[in-house]
Amino acid sequence: MGSAVSRFAVLLMLIGAGGAAAGDGYVPIPGGRFRSVLPPAPGVEDVGVAPYRLARTPVTNAEFLAFVQRQPQWRRDRVARLFADASYLGHWHSADAPGAAAPPDAPVVHVSWFAATAYCESIGARLPTWYEWEYAAAADETRADARGDPALRSRMLDWYARTADAPAAVGSTPANVYGVHDLHALVWEWVGDFNALLVSTDSREQGEDPDRLKFCGAGALTMQDKENYAVLMRIAMLSSLQAAYTTANLGFRCAQDGVK
Amino acid sequence: MKRLRKWMRTSAALAAALALNVGAQPLPEDSVYQLQMPLRTQAGADAPLDVYRGHPVLISMFYASCGYVCPMLVHSLQRLDQGLDAPARAKLRVLLVSFDAERDTPEVLKETAAKHGVDTTRWTLASAAPEDVRKLAAVLGIRYRKLPDGGFNHATIVTLLDGDGRALARSERPAQPDAELIDALRKAAAATP
Repeated sequence: MGSAVSRFAVLLMLIGAGGAAAGDGYVPIPGGRFRSVLPPAPGVEDVGVAPYRLARTPVTNAEFLAFVQRQPQWRRDRVARLFADASYLGHWHSADAPGAAAPPDAPVVHVSWFAATAYCESIGARLPTWYEWEYAAAADETRADARGDPALRSRMLDWYARTADAPAAVGSTPANVYGVHDLHALVWEWVGDFNALLVSTDSREQGEDPDRLKFCGAGALTMQDKENYAVLMRIAMLSSLQAAYTTANLGFRCAQDGVK
Repeated sequence: MKRLRKWMRTSAALAAALALNVGAQPLPEDSVYQLQMPLRTQAGADAPLDVYRGHPVLISMFYASCGYVCPMLVHSLQRLDQGLDAPARAKLRVLLVSFDAERDTPEVLKETAAKHGVDTTRWTLASAAPEDVRKLAAVLGIRYRKLPDGGFNHATIVTLLDGDGRALARSERPAQPDAELIDALRKAAAATP
């Protein structure tokens, strides 16, 4: 075996790896520590995020159609009610045709957490965690953490004010510094641990009024980082959901573990 | 006469076979058992989530190293169990699934069951893969969060399932279960053949 051959093999592998990173719809996000609006525990401010890969864009109607064709148990006329409410894919023209109201390149909405999870699993991926989502969403076009800039905040809030619009095509907003599109201003997105976000800080409070606990939890978060209320609104929205719920502006994207 | 008796025997056998076959009927759309996930029990055995199909089941989630709430949960479930008369109790099953896939091995779960004097002929303590744990919690409406110290914050919610896995009642305060849950429990036991 000549070394030229093995060098050639290494070169091929490199091309392959580079091609995969560029062409499979995911971008690598380097891990790091950051200050989340959602502290992992009382008194712990920083969160560590391991390297991961995040989809450049949310999943589209065309992609989701291919999924329900592969796995017909996720068609709207076959899905078990346990996994999706009655409005699941309700904006599609029919169970196997999105139609004009759901263009192929627009993000799929009216999907439940169970359906989003099943989609990502079907392609060897998973939903991003909240921290992964928040970490990538802290970036703007030029900075990894643009959260101190009022411009990013007002961009989020401007969009919140007009979320009644039908979502435009994915990728139509500028990519952030990692090459990820649409984290703000297109659709809300499911995260894998949506039901982990607002949990009472201490299970021993069991027996107290649960509404009071939720209120106190939310209050504590607001105190932690009141400048990031635009992101807090997203947490509050995700926390209000049940896993079978679907809405007209809630979609998702997938993620994968990165190279450690 | 002989032929009639033979026919009766045959149809009785057929009816019995059909009754036994209930387990193979399609599940109701809203059944928790639509979630097909493998469990690993305190006995180290593999079991499906619907291991107790055909019985009323009290299902909840916990973790073994939990200091206060989880022992209280087990104790509360035992009190519910013991509050039934003997025939009803014989029909009831209890399924506790751990949040802690990493640490709650069958040995740990077995030790927990023994420590609390749990009747393992009718109770199962089990662990599952983390992604399945998240799905089961989603189905049961249980919010939970792993803490940096390895523990979990979690809602303590007990759900009563009928024989087909449909939720009949739930309690967010198992230490003071409401009359509705206890009533549903008695009715479900009475309705179980």
